[in-house]
Amino acid sequence: MLDSALEVLRLQAAGEASAVEIAERALDAIEASQSTHNAYTHVDRESAVAAAKSVDAKRAAGQPLGALAGVPIAVKDVLCTSDMPTTCSSEMLRGFRPPYDATVVGKLRAADAVIVGKTNMDEFAMGASTETSAFGITKNPWDTSRTPGGSSGGAAAAVAAGTVPLSLGTDTGGSIRQPAAFCGVTGLKPTYGRVSRYGLVAFASSLDQIGPMAWSADECALLMNVIAGFEPRDSTSLDQAVPDFTLATESNDLRGVRIGVLRESAQAEGIDESIRNAVKHAIGVFAELGAEIVDVDLPHREYWVPTYYVIAPSEASSNLSRYDGAHYGHRAGAEAKDLVSMYCRSRAEGFGAEVKRRIMIGTYALSEGYADEYYNKALKVRRLIRGDYDAAFSQVDLMLGPVTPTPAFPLGDKIDDPIQMYLCDLFTVGANLAGVPAISLPGGFDPSGLPIGIQLQAPTLEESRLLFAASAFQSATDYHTQRPNQ
Amino acid sequence: MSQLPTTTIIGLEVHVQLKTATKLFCGCSTKFGSPPNTQVCPVCLGLPGALPVINEHAIELAIRAGLAINCDIPPLTKWDRKQYFYPDLPKGYQISQFDLPICADGCLEIVDPADADATRRIGITRAHLEEDAGKSMHDEAAGRADSRIDLNRCGTPLLEIVSEPDLRTAEEALAYLTKLKEIMTHLGVSDCEMQEGSLRVDANVNLHIDKHGQRIATPIVEVKNMNSFRNVVAALHFEVDRQYAEWEETGHTIETHGKRTFGWDDVKGVTYPQREKEESADYRYFPCPDLLPIRIPSERVEEIRGSLGETPEETRERLQSQYGIKAYDADVIVSQGRAMVEYFDAVAMASGEGKRASSWIQQDVMRTLKEQGGDIESFGVTAEQLAQLLSKVSSGELTNDRARDVFKHLSENGGDVDQAIKALGIEAVDDSEMETLVKELLTANPKVVDDVKNGNQKAVGSLIGQARGKNPNANPQKVREIALRLIEQA
Ligand SMILES: [Zn+2]
Repeated sequence: MLDSALEVLRLQAAGEASAVEIAERALDAIEASQSTHNAYTHVDRESAVAAAKSVDAKRAAGQPLGALAGVPIAVKDVLCTSDMPTTCSSEMLRGFRPPYDATVVGKLRAADAVIVGKTNMDEFAMGASTETSAFGITKNPWDTSRTPGGSSGGAAAAVAAGTVPLSLGTDTGGSIRQPAAFCGVTGLKPTYGRVSRYGLVAFASSLDQIGPMAWSADECALLMNVIAGFEPRDSTSLDQAVPDFTLATESNDLRGVRIGVLRESAQAEGIDESIRNAVKHAIGVFAELGAEIVDVDLPHREYWVPTYYVIAPSEASSNLSRYDGAHYGHRAGAEAKDLVSMYCRSRAEGFGAEVKRRIMIGTYALSEGYADEYYNKALKVRRLIRGDYDAAFSQVDLMLGPVTPTPAFPLGDKIDDPIQMYLCDLFTVGANLAGVPAISLPGGFDPSGLPIGIQLQAPTLEESRLLFAASAFQSATDYHTQRPNQ
Repeated sequence: MSQLPTTTIIGLEVHVQLKTATKLFCGCSTKFGSPPNTQVCPVCLGLPGALPVINEHAIELAIRAGLAINCDIPPLTKWDRKQYFYPDLPKGYQISQFDLPICADGCLEIVDPADADATRRIGITRAHLEEDAGKSMHDEAAGRADSRIDLNRCGTPLLEIVSEPDLRTAEEALAYLTKLKEIMTHLGVSDCEMQEGSLRVDANVNLHIDKHGQRIATPIVEVKNMNSFRNVVAALHFEVDRQYAEWEETGHTIETHGKRTFGWDDVKGVTYPQREKEESADYRYFPCPDLLPIRIPSERVEEIRGSLGETPEETRERLQSQYGIKAYDADVIVSQGRAMVEYFDAVAMASGEGKRASSWIQQDVMRTLKEQGGDIESFGVTAEQLAQLLSKVSSGELTNDRARDVFKHLSENGGDVDQAIKALGIEAVDDSEMETLVKELLTANPKVVDDVKNGNQKAVGSLIGQARGKNPNANPQKVREIALRLIEQA
């Protein structure tokens, strides 16, 4: 079981295992789990072992090593890698190999991490179950009849299945936190702009953010230290100092911390009893750790999902127009008789149903005569939602609530019902619309043994506060130490 | 049949390529004429994951241009995406500016072509920044439909200057374009090289026909993408006739037929309607989420305003009064842009030879630049060197011909003036040596001596050529002086 980056670092420092041995262990675990879980779209044993070898060589030569030296890591297939295909789990980009690394990928390499492969996802990060992937569905390691969540389902399952201790996901409306909750791991969506998006294949540019997934908050902090920071190549990147996030996980004392609980979230309709209980239980744990619990309200919460489902598809319809068959990616065959039909056929063949649905919604929402009614109105509501967050965070330091309305649902359950699928984002999209950081951490199990996540949200740039509270919670509970029966 | 009284209504959209070394959103070069797809990167190719970063120099140039055409520079400007599918548009959208352009509400005064003493004020609605697209090259020879795409131009910064429909004739349009080009060149905002596509024009034109006191407007035609002033004038003349004839024949008006897009066929000299599909575009503009809005503090605008310097007219007048050169010569120098004016100023001031500087720059400098294909900023002969050269000519130290040799040497090999003189073997000939030479020549040419004695001093001229044949450094002035003195003494 490869479940701790800190342990991996210790083993190497103590001379108990080499980076190559650890990489081999991860690669063997992937091989063993792939046919069951299908968490990966691409694994490159050779290049992973080569990277591990160079770490061992550096260590042997006494050269300085990066913060993640020899740590196997899996990267969501929406992040550009120059030595591996980057497909976004789409037919459109099957076999596409970008000529450059995403900034975060470059940072991982600079930190001497060993990138073992690319993880499966919903096509172009659109979905909440990893069932829209052109590379087959990913299965939840806790119960293979269930979805791992999405869109970073592969990244969450890769950790939950014990193939790697760390993975990178992306979160546009909850795509890190929801699969983390379903797979019983910890996932952090940083502040918008905290991590450079350069090389992240855009879904909805104003909402997308890259973040860490691992078993515990401590391990997420380790990865955050490597990926966070200003980058001039991303104009929306924040030019702000980056703290040492691992320091945030050293104290468990929550005295003086005010945690707001969303008043109606515990009563919301359609929310599973087990989730309600987990949130109630978490409130108790935080109170015991010294936090002050207060009620808060985000008055425009009912507009989160509709606002999100106008803005995200609008941006997506634009971002995905570059996939036209002309320059790279999938191109329709010879039967296209002219330019327009080449575009139409290439896109018809290359994109799956959910992607097409969102392109259509977005195109409609932006089109002449409807933009004011949909897109421009959604922008206005988004400002109100941000205002709600500002007001709430003037009263409290953190907000606590559920991540998802239910634990992991069965595969196939919602795939034909887009509205039901969109409601998976009920509790998560607010943080994306407001740009604030949020974390999902294991908070219990339902009666059938499926993990349940709880969510903490913090004001802009307060990832340290999130990690501090999450780590304190994890010092008082053992949910994050439970593992699925393999 | 006589034609009804008609007013032509013209508005122009001028795309000016800004003179930045790198593209609008990435570090790729904007150099013209490189092999296809050699000046590209993930950003300008629109590869998945790549993100744009604004080129600050383009913002500065746009503000300079805007101020020169009397625009307001609003404190906030932003970026929008304009969506359309085209093979030379790799992202499927163009980053442009929709509702908050960088420059707004300007105007340009032109000399009225119908009355040289009058001026006309042409309103400018806005000027906005946008990225250029690439270039498709179609080879449809022998029934093949072979298309190749060059994306070198993708992401090159353009300033689109949109006029009010205030122009009334093709000649006014020409005057407006000429003036605009002069300002942009003068400010160093653009090269305005039309054959390189760095200035392109779309013209919107229709007619207001006065029928028994009732005004009838013909459908507006937008003639796209003209890349010479001659084409603009020809297309406008053609459209005026065509629209009148069409109206007579069909009765179509702006109410019934709105606006259409036409192209210009330079070979046939006609405009032609473009496909219906290209007209009914819904660009689905929305704010580009990859770029933050830009705040432009008024101090920065004022700082740039302060650095604008004199207008082309002011420069022309100053050159005439300061150096005594002719209006025509001042015009030629000013039309080459500010860098050339600065070069001229430097040469004229340092040498104290305004007229000589003007003629050297118009002949030798401009011809050499044309041959070498560079610009004055990187020209091999600096203003200081040319001034030094001209001073040597006026002091008689160098002849005009020898100065030209030095100039040529400098422009080809670099180095300084003295080195060039040395390299060319030009040496001052001392007076006694010169006297010996002239004596020899006088002995050999008794007829010249006789002619001069008979009052024809010009006859000495033939000795000068012979003297320079024997010693290329012989100064003609000196030869003449010595010869006349010797003949008189004899
Ligand atoms: Zn570029």
